[in-house]
Amino acid sequence: MNAETAMKTEGYTTADGRKIGGVLMEMKNITLRFGGVTAIKDISFDIRDGEIRAIIGPNGAGKSSMLNVISGFYVPTEGEVWFKGFRRGPMKPYQVAQLGIARTFQNIALFDGMTVLDNIMTGRLTLMKTGILAQAMWWGSAQREESAHREKVEKIIDFLEIQAIRKTPVGRLPYGLKKRVELARALAAEPKILLLDEPMAGMNVEEKEDMCRFILDVNDEFGTTICLIEHDMGVVMDLSDRVVVMDYGKKIGDGTPDEVRANPEVIAAYLGVAHD
Amino acid sequence: MLPDQILFALEVTLNGLMAGVMYALVALGFVLIFKASGIFNYAQGVLALFAALTLVGFQNGQIPFAHLINATFGTNLHTFGWTLPGIVAIALTAGVMVLLAWLIERLVLKHLVNQPPIILFMATIGLAYFLEGLGDVMWGADIKTLDVGLPQGISETVESATAALLGYGFFIDNLDIVATIVAVILVATLTIFSQYSKQGRALRAVADDHQAALSVGISLRFIWVLVWSIAGFVALVAGIMWGTKSGVQFSLSLIALKALPVLMLGGFTSIPGAIVGGLIIGVGEKLFEFTIGPMIGGATENWFAYVLALLFLVFRPQGLFGEKIIERV
Repeated sequence: MNAETAMKTEGYTTADGRKIGGVLMEMKNITLRFGGVTAIKDISFDIRDGEIRAIIGPNGAGKSSMLNVISGFYVPTEGEVWFKGFRRGPMKPYQVAQLGIARTFQNIALFDGMTVLDNIMTGRLTLMKTGILAQAMWWGSAQREESAHREKVEKIIDFLEIQAIRKTPVGRLPYGLKKRVELARALAAEPKILLLDEPMAGMNVEEKEDMCRFILDVNDEFGTTICLIEHDMGVVMDLSDRVVVMDYGKKIGDGTPDEVRANPEVIAAYLGVAHD
Repeated sequence: MLPDQILFALEVTLNGLMAGVMYALVALGFVLIFKASGIFNYAQGVLALFAALTLVGFQNGQIPFAHLINATFGTNLHTFGWTLPGIVAIALTAGVMVLLAWLIERLVLKHLVNQPPIILFMATIGLAYFLEGLGDVMWGADIKTLDVGLPQGISETVESATAALLGYGFFIDNLDIVATIVAVILVATLTIFSQYSKQGRALRAVADDHQAALSVGISLRFIWVLVWSIAGFVALVAGIMWGTKSGVQFSLSLIALKALPVLMLGGFTSIPGAIVGGLIIGVGEKLFEFTIGPMIGGATENWFAYVLALLFLVFRPQGLFGEKIIERV
């Protein structure tokens, strides 16, 4: 029943007039336990095609755990993950990546020894068709494929304005640029959903503004659905179409930024409540 | 005409280069696994021994575990009674090495994902002893001769050509010439593979960061089986060369020790480094023995490589071609 109804769900139009499609990904009653610790308690929410969806919450709320569930790094103890109208079985992270779900990490996971270009090229590995034997035997076609992928990567490099550091080993780059390269690598996979784990953590105001602009541009130009985790409330409210709020592993709010801002539970979680 | 002393030095150098190629062949196996998984594979030498033993076993139609079977069931089995041509035996052995790589991933590496390198290193020590024992039980502990049809002995062509040209015949072993050609082909193929192919890039990615590799859709397990298969194949090549040169015996696993100084010179992460390191050590120890050796009582070949490696560790720890790890603080 769900496979059909989920895809049929009507989209909505955002405040700035963008048309958002039906449900692309749905988390149903997700619970995640590590031994006796419950990181996520019975959370359900969906991600619509083309929207920017944010997950916010105080430290330790379980936001990163939720992102890890979506990207397959954690397997939920209970609950179901639905993607494109189909239930996703337990999968390895690399299989999830092959489905078209790309991600970045809170504390940056790049290949430090490789150049920026090579790092971004790894993002396209799942899209490369030629197998190992074919590469050895038909050298020509493998090279044609390589240059086609290279072209796409160059476009992303231009898009994110990192032309100047193309050949630099990633290990030598400053923090802000590393974050951008990581975004580029995720984008190179041409993902259906892009998961960003605190894309602006540890950045200065200028870098944050740049990153915001890139995220909006990615969504706008490629139509990529984005799900992000962020601490900076101002940034989240400006950026996202809909927000899930988590606290102590539970969902305490879900809706547009304005709805969430007005939610008393959310205010309590962020500002504390008065005791009388 | 050049004076004899110089010509002799030239011959020594050439022989040193060829000996260096033999060292490099072993070092290459280490570099491959280190590059792709950050593991220093202690078992590489034993892998070469195991490959050589299996090759001889296949070629002579030996029954695996013959001693064990005979001791248990009181039978008297030894061979199947066939001899296989070299090329068939090599192909079969290559298959066994791939199977071994798959088993190593299945039984050892799979359970050690995200463990620190020292744990993986310890695992390879265990693997080395296990394989040495397995080789012994499977094929017996006697010294075997290996002949897959590679030319051996002093090359008469080289000798007569140099004699005609320089008036001094160079003594070069045919096997060394073959080893050099094979090494060149092997290195060229591996370099092209790791730099320009899809799997090569995935391989470098896995070496760098497991988590990031998973996030771009690389299967760690496939890459590990691939890497250990390649390392097994390189071990087979090294095993063939060394086995043909000095017989297949258990001291073959000790050639791994000679590969260590090679790696320290060339750097643990560089394929060309393994070759250049091997050549420098080969030439260095022959020339040192030839020039300084007589003054200090000879037998310098036993220690020269290690002293050279020690100097490198002090002054250039990353080796000639290794990556210098730069960490931003």
